[in-house]
Amino acid sequence: MNPALAAQINSLLAAMVLLTAFGLLVQRRMNRLLQLFAVQGFLLGLSTGIVGFASGAHHLYISSVLTLTMKVVLLPYILLVLMRKLNIYREVETIMNVPTTLLIGIALVIFSYHLTAPIRELSTLMTRSTLAVALATVLLGFLMMITRKHAVTQIVGFLAMENGLLFAATSATYGMPLVVELGVALDLLIAAFIFGIFFFHISTTFDSLDVDQMARLKEED
Amino acid sequence: MTIHSIIIEVIQIVVLLFTAPLFAGWIKMVKCWLQGRTSPSIFQPYRDIRKLFSKDVTLAEHASWIFRFTPYLVFGVSILAGCVIPFISTELPLEAVADVIALVALFAIARFFTALAGMDIGTAFGGMGSSREMTIASLAEPAMLMAVFAVSLASHSTSLPQMVLTVSQGYALLRPSLVFALLAFVLIVLAETGRIPVDNPATHLELTMIHEAMILEYSGRHLALLEWAGMMKLFLFVALGIASFFPWGIALSDDPIFVLTAFPILLLKLGIVGICLGIVEVGLAKMRIFRISEFLGSAFLFATIGMLSFFILE
Repeated sequence: MNPALAAQINSLLAAMVLLTAFGLLVQRRMNRLLQLFAVQGFLLGLSTGIVGFASGAHHLYISSVLTLTMKVVLLPYILLVLMRKLNIYREVETIMNVPTTLLIGIALVIFSYHLTAPIRELSTLMTRSTLAVALATVLLGFLMMITRKHAVTQIVGFLAMENGLLFAATSATYGMPLVVELGVALDLLIAAFIFGIFFFHISTTFDSLDVDQMARLKEED
Repeated sequence: MTIHSIIIEVIQIVVLLFTAPLFAGWIKMVKCWLQGRTSPSIFQPYRDIRKLFSKDVTLAEHASWIFRFTPYLVFGVSILAGCVIPFISTELPLEAVADVIALVALFAIARFFTALAGMDIGTAFGGMGSSREMTIASLAEPAMLMAVFAVSLASHSTSLPQMVLTVSQGYALLRPSLVFALLAFVLIVLAETGRIPVDNPATHLELTMIHEAMILEYSGRHLALLEWAGMMKLFLFVALGIASFFPWGIALSDDPIFVLTAFPILLLKLGIVGICLGIVEVGLAKMRIFRISEFLGSAFLFATIGMLSFFILE
């Protein structure tokens, strides 16, 4: 595969990752949300694999396989089981309406493009232009955590942020050292279990997973 | 300007006038097949138009010149747009008249006058239809312009033949900006031509119609012109999409052989688009009118991501 074609395919995948990030931002049905998250993980794994192939950095294959198993199969499955047990199917209210959220999202993309433009000039890697998309994915995940009230969607937002970070690592330096990536993967898995325990506690204490309920925890003054 | 290119211009107009009803009939056929019904003949739209032309015009007492003038204007604008969009050949003498931005404005003129005519008689339905049409237009037009800008950024020009030329060379479909512009364009076409998730072209149900409500008071040859112009609008939007995203087969010169082969290829593409449209229309239900802002908002989002990814990724 010639590098120009690989870079082009990688750009296309980056654009699709950005699209799924926007999709996560507006999707209200839980199982659709998890599907989108899995798709994002899949695109990410694919992109990592292609970068690994085109650049000759073969440790990226391991990272790619790790992403595919963790983010396409394992994490969505764990969250799906949690959802079934807690009877959550959709989030009724968000803090902002859909068009406003989308406009803020677009502004974030422009911001991250502006922010990464100098790095793009300095770098010589073929993935340098996807760095802006990676940063935008992180920021969009962040925005998702802010605009959603539901604990499960906030977790999905958090995981999407992590996706963005992984993508940033691949596009800025052809991936982190393998030890770090293995550690992050293990951390994520453990985090998913801890989230599960938290969800059960929140829902038994408050009868709901709406994080606004937690305002009741503070003492009256 | 050679005599060849003038002939091509005439061919384009003839193709536009006579293929547009055929395309509308084809979509209707596909829909009928998918729903398991017996379909009307593919030539039914021609018969409808002929029938309407032979009927008398009934004008309301208070109709002003706007009401009488609008059908001719809308029809004329559609033909002018057909002279500008290259769907047979890029050698069009009139392409210098209007680039793609002017094209969007041409469609806006037609819509503006249709909305005025809807309110001119003073019936409740006309006003309601106009108000809804303008609501949709105010959301669809920015998205349309953004999608067009994304394509013209990629081809460094807003002139349509130039866009055809650039897109037909190189891996166009791997460019993220074009993929997103295409996604946005599909949503916009559905909204602008009043197809199913936004408006139902086949209904005259009071509360749901949008485009039909505006032209409810027309009859006879006026209605025939408007319906014909509606079919041409659908054809033109699809032709615009083909020219900007799938231009392979459009003649890039005024060579008669390429011009002759361009027509069957155009018919083939139209056939495929018709099947896709039919599947979309059968598979989707009409949206609530208040959800249209989300629908067109996502079209705007796609177009904007397309533009941004041109800067970021290309």
